[in-house]
Amino acid sequence: MSQAEVQQHPIRIYLWIWLLLFVLSTFSYLVDYFHLEGTLRWSLIILFMLLKAGFIVAIFMHMAWERLALKLAILVPPLCLLVLIGLMAIEGKHTFLTRLGAFIH
Amino acid sequence: MAQDAQAVAAPGPWRAVVSDYASDKQAFTVPWGKAMMWVFLLSDTFIFTCFLVAYMNVRMSTTVAWPVPSEVFALHIGGHTLPLLLIAIMTFTLITSSGTMAMAVNFGYRRDRVKTSLLLVATALLGASFVGMQAFEWTKLIVDEGVRPWGNPLGAAQFGSSFFMITGFHGAHVTAGVIYLLVTARRVWTGFYDRKGTYGTVEIAGLYWHFVDLVWVFIFAFFYLW
Repeated sequence: MSQAEVQQHPIRIYLWIWLLLFVLSTFSYLVDYFHLEGTLRWSLIILFMLLKAGFIVAIFMHMAWERLALKLAILVPPLCLLVLIGLMAIEGKHTFLTRLGAFIH
Repeated sequence: MAQDAQAVAAPGPWRAVVSDYASDKQAFTVPWGKAMMWVFLLSDTFIFTCFLVAYMNVRMSTTVAWPVPSEVFALHIGGHTLPLLLIAIMTFTLITSSGTMAMAVNFGYRRDRVKTSLLLVATALLGASFVGMQAFEWTKLIVDEGVRPWGNPLGAAQFGSSFFMITGFHGAHVTAGVIYLLVTARRVWTGFYDRKGTYGTVEIAGLYWHFVDLVWVFIFAFFYLW
């Protein structure tokens, strides 16, 4: 393996990301602590979640420094899960409405 | 490389298959172990997403009120009710272990045998304490709150099955990770990777561990906070 393939980075980067993950986790905990509701609640939860996930994958798992071929091979396939999420959300809603109708009559 | 492949291909048809699939066609310029770990983590991503999507589906489709996680997982300390306190501590424990893991990988590439193995052991201990807290949480839920996979007194019956399935599978991953890290730490300590000439294996173990932390980020958001 050549030198370029060894993931050697300054420790400072890891400590900053570590701190950032602490801060972001505290924020998402505070969302619950202050009983935020509705759109504000779930948009903040998703924002903090995606930021945390992004920093873990990019810095801790070194994905930011990998070659594009590996990035594409690993990060693109999970996108098809969005289709699964969409379909199951439609199905869940349908089941809910069916049950509502069945239980009322 | 091509000449080597032909030399290997000579003995029989199966060797030819192996050399055809493997020789001189490297797509990823990372050690093969690392590429394989990424492929495994990709498959694990699909498994965990299936669990979380199933949870989304049952939660959307039930007509019974979903138990409020903020209250279910609250701790009562000295007359105060602190929502999700144990879950918050578990989250910080796992993030801290991810930090020590990243440092272990870093010191591994610096060929610092002692610091690498000590940081790996620290990561494993933090992981073990996470599993310990999870055992406490499960006990509290099963014994005190009467939550079962088929029902519970708090609301929708699907709460229990989703909870035990998702956190159980994640906890199994953490437990396997602790064992994996301890094995790796022992190998670092005994100089196995110094003789091998590379500490790349520590980074591969790190990928697995960070993934366990990554999954928890999603479980924390969707199961506990939603």
